[in-house]
Amino acid sequence: MLRNQEQILSKIANNDGHGENSAFFDGWKAYDSDPYHPTQNPNGVIQMGLAENQLSMDLVEEWVRNNPQASICTPEGASRFKDIAIYQDYHGLPEFRIAVARFMEKVRGNRVRFDPDRIVMSGGATGTQETLAFCLADPGDALLVPTPYYPGNDRDLTWRTGIELIPVVCDSSNDFKMTRDALETAYNKAQETNTKVKGLLLNNPSNPLGTVLDRETLSMAINFINDKNIHLICDEIYSATVFDEPGFISIAEILQESPDTNPELIHIVYSLSKDLGFPGFRVGILYSYNDAVVTCARKMSSFGLVSTQTQLLVASMLSDEEFMEKFLAESTARLCARRGTLRQGLAQMGVGILKGSAGLYCWMDLRRLLKAATFEAEMELWRVIVNDVRINVSPGASFHCSEPGWFRVCFANMDDETMRVALGRISKLVMQSNKNSESRKPCRRRSKLEISLSFRRLDEIMMSPHSPMTSPLVRART
Amino acid sequence: MEFKSRNQGQLLSKIATNDGHGENSPYFDGWKAYDSDPYHPTENPHGVIQMGLAENQLCFDLIQEWIKNNPKASICTAEGAADFKDIAIYQDYHGLPQFRNAVARFMEKVRGNRVRFDPDRIVMSGGATGAQETLAFCLVDRGEALLVPTPYYPGNDRDLTWRTGVKLVPVVCESSDAFQITRAALEAAYKQAQDSNIRVKGLLLNNPSNPLGTVIDRQTLQESLDFTADKNIHLICDEIYSATVSGQPGFTSIAEVVQENPHCNLDLVHIVYSLSKDLGFPGFRVGVVYSYNDAVVSCARKMSSFGLVSTQTQRLIAGMLSDEEFVDGFLAESRRRLGKRRADMCEGLGQVGIWNLEGNAGLFCWMDLRRLLKAATYEAELELWRLIVNEVKLNVSPGAAFHCSEPGWFRVCFANMDDETMEVAMERIRKFVARKQRRRMELEVSLSFRRRRDELVMMSPHSPMASPLVRART
Repeated sequence: MLRNQEQILSKIANNDGHGENSAFFDGWKAYDSDPYHPTQNPNGVIQMGLAENQLSMDLVEEWVRNNPQASICTPEGASRFKDIAIYQDYHGLPEFRIAVARFMEKVRGNRVRFDPDRIVMSGGATGTQETLAFCLADPGDALLVPTPYYPGNDRDLTWRTGIELIPVVCDSSNDFKMTRDALETAYNKAQETNTKVKGLLLNNPSNPLGTVLDRETLSMAINFINDKNIHLICDEIYSATVFDEPGFISIAEILQESPDTNPELIHIVYSLSKDLGFPGFRVGILYSYNDAVVTCARKMSSFGLVSTQTQLLVASMLSDEEFMEKFLAESTARLCARRGTLRQGLAQMGVGILKGSAGLYCWMDLRRLLKAATFEAEMELWRVIVNDVRINVSPGASFHCSEPGWFRVCFANMDDETMRVALGRISKLVMQSNKNSESRKPCRRRSKLEISLSFRRLDEIMMSPHSPMTSPLVRART
Repeated sequence: MEFKSRNQGQLLSKIATNDGHGENSPYFDGWKAYDSDPYHPTENPHGVIQMGLAENQLCFDLIQEWIKNNPKASICTAEGAADFKDIAIYQDYHGLPQFRNAVARFMEKVRGNRVRFDPDRIVMSGGATGAQETLAFCLVDRGEALLVPTPYYPGNDRDLTWRTGVKLVPVVCESSDAFQITRAALEAAYKQAQDSNIRVKGLLLNNPSNPLGTVIDRQTLQESLDFTADKNIHLICDEIYSATVSGQPGFTSIAEVVQENPHCNLDLVHIVYSLSKDLGFPGFRVGVVYSYNDAVVSCARKMSSFGLVSTQTQRLIAGMLSDEEFVDGFLAESRRRLGKRRADMCEGLGQVGIWNLEGNAGLFCWMDLRRLLKAATYEAELELWRLIVNEVKLNVSPGAAFHCSEPGWFRVCFANMDDETMEVAMERIRKFVARKQRRRMELEVSLSFRRRRDELVMMSPHSPMASPLVRART
């Protein structure tokens, strides 16, 4: 029966392109089978592997209560139920497209305009990415993607499309910035294997780095793709999670400043899952400056349109400009504060994170906790974190990071108390690791000063869990 | 701008530059005619009446009533807003358990509780559009084929082949058999594929059928199951019109036939479902893949990430479909109204000698206009269709769009308008037929004696008499 099963299903169904067989998913399983709860399961696994924005839902709930006309199920909105339920035009409700375009402009400080007629729906950013791959590349063609990158890219861009991803390797020596050299290297590598590169995918702000791309890098990228006459896809789904300087610069702004760039090569991926915290609503957006892509993607959107019930709700909410301004300000302030708490807590243990101003996560540096600078050691450390420390974080290998020892830690999907518990657990891990290191040859440690300092810091934390103090001496880069 | 002329064809993929989306067919001209000049009883009484859209708009009053009485089904009402956060962040591709349970229960009810459905086999998709594509991706490789009986829903071409690279091989059904699927036709299609070195991976049935408006009988379902078992290929049953069946013959689901065949290979059987037609909610994009094959359930579920149902909508549907009393009442009333609307339309058409394929399902009739064709050709069919769209101002769908093997058949939808609009449409048809008859009499000089006698009958459009000589089966 098993052999027949393989024969009767497609290659796509039989292969691993969905990406879920990676060891990385064990963390999820550990969480699912034993989820943390402050009272019911205080020893359960704390979920820090899910990039969700849950910090400002109270604002949204209040808005919803005060705006019953946004729903087709309230007395105020029910008269529209029929028209909304039967509306299946893949252009989408005009008010939806206008509201989304306006919101995207607002997030970019009104420095650019977006044309509502170029707003195309999709099944979340997941659907947008796949749709763009189908529109721009043939099976066997490739997209360049800087590492480390979101693991879902493999499934979204390659599983059913048959295209390849070629990594543009970025490393910690320059804070994982993307260089022209790295791009050229990746491009040449493809050429050597006779693989046709059709585009470059950028994620700005970056998942998992939590950083924004600077103007120089964006300009460099746009020059690169223009030279090679390949597409530039910019996934900007974390655009409204930028809470600090440096601020967010959208590819739309760079394009505006680059009249020699062919706009038909430029496409933006967007979604409301991260900026607003609505992953369940599946609001994916594809914005392209290429008319043929807009037309084609719109036809493909039939495979993943946004429920008109949700289109109406989103249209109402996003067009309430006063609310959206208040929301954006408050949301980013809360993200900033929460990240600060995590950063300080980690710094006190001598754990550094990559300096960043965006995202729902930190890129944590645990290289010095590795037994060896290998991915096996990273996996071993990760299993300790999941199974012993009882926190689900995401190991760098799952993001195709070129160096072992980096972990993505999400901070916006829990309350303050849970964050405190998580920090306490991490500090125990670090302390234990320091003890283990001490028992090994001392020459491996960088300095005795660091040992005594980090111990003292840990003692402070253990004795006073509410202490916000951080010492400038052990502060890693933030 | 100089960039625009630069090798767009090279810039984009083959998929983006081919016609696989299906929208370049002349069939879409009817849509454009409607979009640019839509009928409105007061604002545009001479506009085009849309009879090319298979929508179920007859029971929204019942839905509206339920919505009003059940505020908790929404996350936006005072009663439901406390759940807003949990619903908004829920992105598990298994879907809300209450959603899956309610959909499974609803599907059972539609089948008179003659079968059970396992909620854990309910997988979401972006409408039936997404469900079909997902199954094609799971079951068929590029270059391989699915057999599809004609006439069939034009969207199949896009859904099953555009991005998948799969081929469709028609199983030709003819009016001489009332378009029923025969074993001979199945075998012929299979052989045709083999002769072209194309590997067939499955058979797609649409039951009830779009565009025929008929249910597939038990014997044909059994034969199809036997056929696919023999060939070790999949059987995909699109049952999206399952709750639009009124009167007899009733609806038999493949799930019932499977139940009666305990030794059949369940790994080959899959159902496509959606709430777009039975409930009238195409905007909500509630598609379902139901498979008896565990590996397909698992794979399709992973693929559902590309087209999950909004949790806001999952919650609403879960609330509505788990109200068993409401569902029972809705199904009964919806069937009754559909049955009456269909009967009214068929009677109205019959009065002018236009007959439909006998059927009691779907949101449309399969209308026989063969005798109005200038010649038994598709060119003549297209010419007649342009006349209907541009002069009679009705958007109906020509048989060629459904890959029908014989010209002259048209699909006419009846459930997407109110009674008054239906009457206007009928009047336009009556006038058109009368005009055409007069013109024909003026132009044709020598006719067979039999035909001239028929036309004399037809001169009186209000005559309830129909000549047995020109009546097709209804």
